[in-house]
Amino acid sequence: MLEIKNLHAEVEGKKILNGLTLTVNKGQVAAIMGPNGSGKSTLAYVLAGKPGYEVTEGEVLLDGQNILELSPDGRAAKGVFLAFQYPVEVPGVATMTFLRTALNAQRKTRGEGELSTPEFMKLVRDTSTKLGVSQEHLRRAVNVGFSGGEKKRNEILQMAILQPRLAVLDETDSGLDIDALQIVAEGVNRLRSPERSMIVITHYQRLLNFIVPDVVHVLAKGQVVKTGGKELALELEAKGYAQFVGEAA
Amino acid sequence: MNVELRPVKTEAEQALSAAYAAARATLPGKGDVAKLREDAFRRFETRGLPHRRVEEWKYTDLRALLRTAYPLAPAPDAAAHARVRNAGGILSGVDRRRLVFVDGVFAPELSDLTEEEGLTIGSLAEALTKADPLAMARVGKTFVTEDVAVALNTALMGDGAVIRVAAGVALRRPIHLIFAASNDRPSASYVRSLIVIEKGAHATIVESYEGASSQINSALELIVGDDARVDTIKIASGRALQMASLLATVGARAIFNSFAFAADAELVRTQSFIRFAGEDTKAAVRGVSLLRGRDHVDNTLLIEHAAPHCQSREQFRAVLDGDSRSVFQGKIVVQPHAQKTDAKMLTRALLLSETAEADNKPELEIFADDVVCGHGATAGALDPGLKFYLMSRGISEKESEALLIEAFIDETIEEIAHEGIRDALKFAALKWLGVRS
Ligand SMILES: Nc1ncnc2c1ncn2[C@@H]1O[C@H](COP(=O)(O)OP(=O)(O)OP(=O)(O)O)[C@@H](O)[C@H]1O
Ligand SMILES: [Mg+2]
Repeated sequence: MLEIKNLHAEVEGKKILNGLTLTVNKGQVAAIMGPNGSGKSTLAYVLAGKPGYEVTEGEVLLDGQNILELSPDGRAAKGVFLAFQYPVEVPGVATMTFLRTALNAQRKTRGEGELSTPEFMKLVRDTSTKLGVSQEHLRRAVNVGFSGGEKKRNEILQMAILQPRLAVLDETDSGLDIDALQIVAEGVNRLRSPERSMIVITHYQRLLNFIVPDVVHVLAKGQVVKTGGKELALELEAKGYAQFVGEAA
Repeated sequence: MNVELRPVKTEAEQALSAAYAAARATLPGKGDVAKLREDAFRRFETRGLPHRRVEEWKYTDLRALLRTAYPLAPAPDAAAHARVRNAGGILSGVDRRRLVFVDGVFAPELSDLTEEEGLTIGSLAEALTKADPLAMARVGKTFVTEDVAVALNTALMGDGAVIRVAAGVALRRPIHLIFAASNDRPSASYVRSLIVIEKGAHATIVESYEGASSQINSALELIVGDDARVDTIKIASGRALQMASLLATVGARAIFNSFAFAADAELVRTQSFIRFAGEDTKAAVRGVSLLRGRDHVDNTLLIEHAAPHCQSREQFRAVLDGDSRSVFQGKIVVQPHAQKTDAKMLTRALLLSETAEADNKPELEIFADDVVCGHGATAGALDPGLKFYLMSRGISEKESEALLIEAFIDETIEEIAHEGIRDALKFAALKWLGVRS
């Protein structure tokens, strides 16, 4: 379970999160929507521990532990996973090396043994096939020369392999064509589990037809200004954010 | 009044002059060779050691860096041979022909002289002494330069390899020239090699330099014939001063690749003088330098496109830690008739410490109008965005950095054609990285 309590954060001296409080229960999928610049990606980065994102107040508990004290890799080993809004290209680092290093590093931190080569290969092969990521892409350096949509798929592939406890998907739908959206959504749905919490950040109700959220939160000016069921997304689609934005402090 | 007189010559310059005066009578070669030495020595005498006001040596002030010129190494004895038995081990996993030079002197007993058709191997000392026609016709003529390091080499050259690969012959395995300092007491050596790869022949030549508390000045005259394919790889390591000059002329329709690798090397100057003398040649001049502590590695190029339709790629990367300093100076000259020249120079430095320094000086001198030439240079720290991406997947900070540095290095090493040598250098780079953490 994820509990975010009165979170204040700033970047380069600019206050972006202003007392954000939010709970995502085990097994829950929470959608976060909100206007451009409202702080959605900032929240995602703060959760993952990106340097430069300074928390000035509040806490973030994952299964009772304050993760803000952990380094990004420590959080990952605890089960935090961020699917980036803009995944970066990592020239010269082969995708397979990357996946394997990441998986084994996490397992090591958790005191689990490394996966054998055949086990790892089978895991990657099975997962990539389901997500439509080709062998050719796996042979390339991480994200290098991938299209926007291919990069997003690669994020979900990483998530499926790393099996996080808390997955944060930052606009994973943007840049995906209709078929890809469906494949990715199916991939995400397969990962829904009573043991896993998910935060799905999106601008579009369409994604939420495929990944049906348990709860929808609206973020504005660094705060949660409205919480509702999945029908809230439909309402936002029809009326926009104007009605909520005024309510933020 | 007390007028302080500054000596005209530095202590090192005086020692070098004294070394030449003492050795000239016994250095190999008479007549033309002696005259060549004499002219070269005079060039050194008039100019002195290059210093920072000499443009080509701006960042490697040899006058300041070379405080003491070590005495010429005595002829190595059996004990010296024994001490360098494992030299060249960096390529121990590669099936290659070892030719070992101990303190600058060819050691046939330590070398692999098994016969191979079309391959002739000899020693320079012998060739100069006997006035061997091939050597006499070539030495000092492959790429004429006024450079003082080359002049000193010419004046004092003691031994080296003389290799000929006959037309159309493809060597079965790489030749590995191993220059090892036996490390008994500080000493200097001057080696000059002459390698002729005839028309259509294929060869891979590795030079490696190692050994502590020594000074080596080497020059390799390389003649690449028409339609030949030649790969040269130079490996530098050790707490020593290593000055190496490649003097090359490349014929038509040739494929020529050179690679300079330095890891944990104290003070290295690699200068490549390369002339493309025949058309339609494709060449790549690359290098990777890994530095830490107070290491200083300088790669200086003079690439002369003297024939039309040649392509050259110059790519150098350096990773710098501690207070180290890397220097890249690349000058590409395109002669008036060298139309359709395609030359691209790219250098990148990865700075792991705030006190490391990377100097970059690319230069293009273009006298032809129909050419494509360009250069680019970057220097900076590891990309924090990339590092965060790796760490967000659970990879530790150290390991994330290591992966990114390794990737940066491997992208250039990857271009080495010979798989075994490529893997050996990747492994050496990993070893260098391993010490870091
Ligand atoms: N590094 C930074 N320096 C300064 N301001 C920043 C920085 N990063 C984000 N911001 C600002 O913080 C605010 C919130 O940005 P954030 O990226 O979290 O918004 P978002 O809700 O994800 O928007 P979008 O829907 O466009 O993705 C914006 O005003 C943005 O300009
Ligand atoms: Mg965003």
